[in-house]
Amino acid sequence: MRGVHYALGGRPIFSDLDVQVRRGRITAIMGPSGTGKTTLLKLITAQVPPDQGELRVFGQELATLGRREVYALRRRMGMLFQNGALLTDMDVFENVAFPVREHTDLPETLIRKLVLTKLQAVGLRGAAALMPAELSGGMARRVALARAIVMDPEVLMYDEPFVGLDPISLGVILRLIKHMNGALGITSIVVSHDVQELATIADDSYLISGGRVAASGTPAQLRASDSPAVRQFMTGGAEGPVPFHYPAPDYATQLLVAED
Amino acid sequence: MSNGDRDGLIVEGIRRLGSVVIFLARLLAQCAPALGRPWLLVHQVYNAGARSLIIIMLSGLFVGMVLGLQGYDLLHRFGSVEALGSAAALGLLKELAPVMTALLFAGRAGTALTSEIGLMRATDQLTAMEIMAVDPMRYVAAPRFLGGVIAMPLLTAIFSVVGLYGAQLIGVQLMGVDRGVFWSQMQDSVELRNVTEGVVKSLVFGTACSLIAVHEGYNAAPTAEGVALATTRTVVASSVLTLLLDYVLTATFL
Repeated sequence: MRGVHYALGGRPIFSDLDVQVRRGRITAIMGPSGTGKTTLLKLITAQVPPDQGELRVFGQELATLGRREVYALRRRMGMLFQNGALLTDMDVFENVAFPVREHTDLPETLIRKLVLTKLQAVGLRGAAALMPAELSGGMARRVALARAIVMDPEVLMYDEPFVGLDPISLGVILRLIKHMNGALGITSIVVSHDVQELATIADDSYLISGGRVAASGTPAQLRASDSPAVRQFMTGGAEGPVPFHYPAPDYATQLLVAED
Repeated sequence: MSNGDRDGLIVEGIRRLGSVVIFLARLLAQCAPALGRPWLLVHQVYNAGARSLIIIMLSGLFVGMVLGLQGYDLLHRFGSVEALGSAAALGLLKELAPVMTALLFAGRAGTALTSEIGLMRATDQLTAMEIMAVDPMRYVAAPRFLGGVIAMPLLTAIFSVVGLYGAQLIGVQLMGVDRGVFWSQMQDSVELRNVTEGVVKSLVFGTACSLIAVHEGYNAAPTAEGVALATTRTVVASSVLTLLLDYVLTATFL
């Protein structure tokens, strides 16, 4: 991804963004809420085209691909959504089996084995018959992870995988991400603002702020950075280059002025 | 209303119309692949059709009964109650059954389609499918659209049959019109083209109502309010369009 510009509704999200994800590694994309981390994943999965710049996935320039080629490319990717995004009208087993059924003609016995293997990997083989509504947030995310890896993708993207999880579920997800990367050799892109969690698993990390890469390197390098923006983000300071207050008119004036 | 406002409304109207037409083209392109998954289609015919049966049959019965009562009252004044069978049959087959079924369909099945697809959008299920390289137009939209198009003529036929039974119940059983006259007059006056008119209307209404329901759901804003708005728009647009198309089709068949 080189020199990418992207604007949404006239508001620029990215200007001149450079990000490189290396094969077989865990790359963390960090940044304050609202910096367009999720939008970045949308760009990579070709859900939205960049306004400008070069965006290559598996060596192919996304802008030159037709709909069919984009779909072929997406078969090599997996994505874990914030809320799991399980299909609510099927049980856990069918959810995981869904991509297999759609893309292959495998016999039922093989699909069964494949799905049970993936569910076993996320520790939810026993939940195969449950409906998505019966799952807790952490379980839903693990089922979604099983679904994302069922087609053995080369790249796996995680959109805020740690949000709203209790410490145990969070530990489970962290271990799974590490395991998927190590055991299966899947290239992982983790988008999150949970700095501490990311630091324990990421090989490379990018800190995005104000539409561009504010810092990059290993988590240790980022922590050692003396840039005020990086320091504020890594330590969670309320004041710094990123202001606590959203731009607003003068406080006193606004309080004193009569409502009209 | 200023000129600017009016221009904005016109542009917005044309933009919406264009978006529906493009959506229809994409939908039709996915209909053939959708036919390759008969179980999805059967499920949707069941959802839109079989689950609307009770409301369609109940409404058909009452509409038929009212038709029998009003028809008898009117024809009695002119001393021609024998024509009740033809009047009820023609009224139901050509007009009442297709229109009433379409209106009920919009309220019962159309809203269900819109809110279901809208919620799938709001909970990222459609996006998840796209990322899994499954086109939601093919997997979600096309089977639901086809299911509605298939269900509507079937529901209309059932509405007609139950309606005729209702008209007969009042006309013959209650008001004492001769049974033989009632049915033979009906046989004499109803021609194939009257039946065809009803079938064509129900197919057109089925296409319009399903298209609106699926389109509104697919393009709903991914919020609670967005889904609610889309559902409302489905009912309003389907009803108005049904009545408008009904006039156009009636004029064409005359």
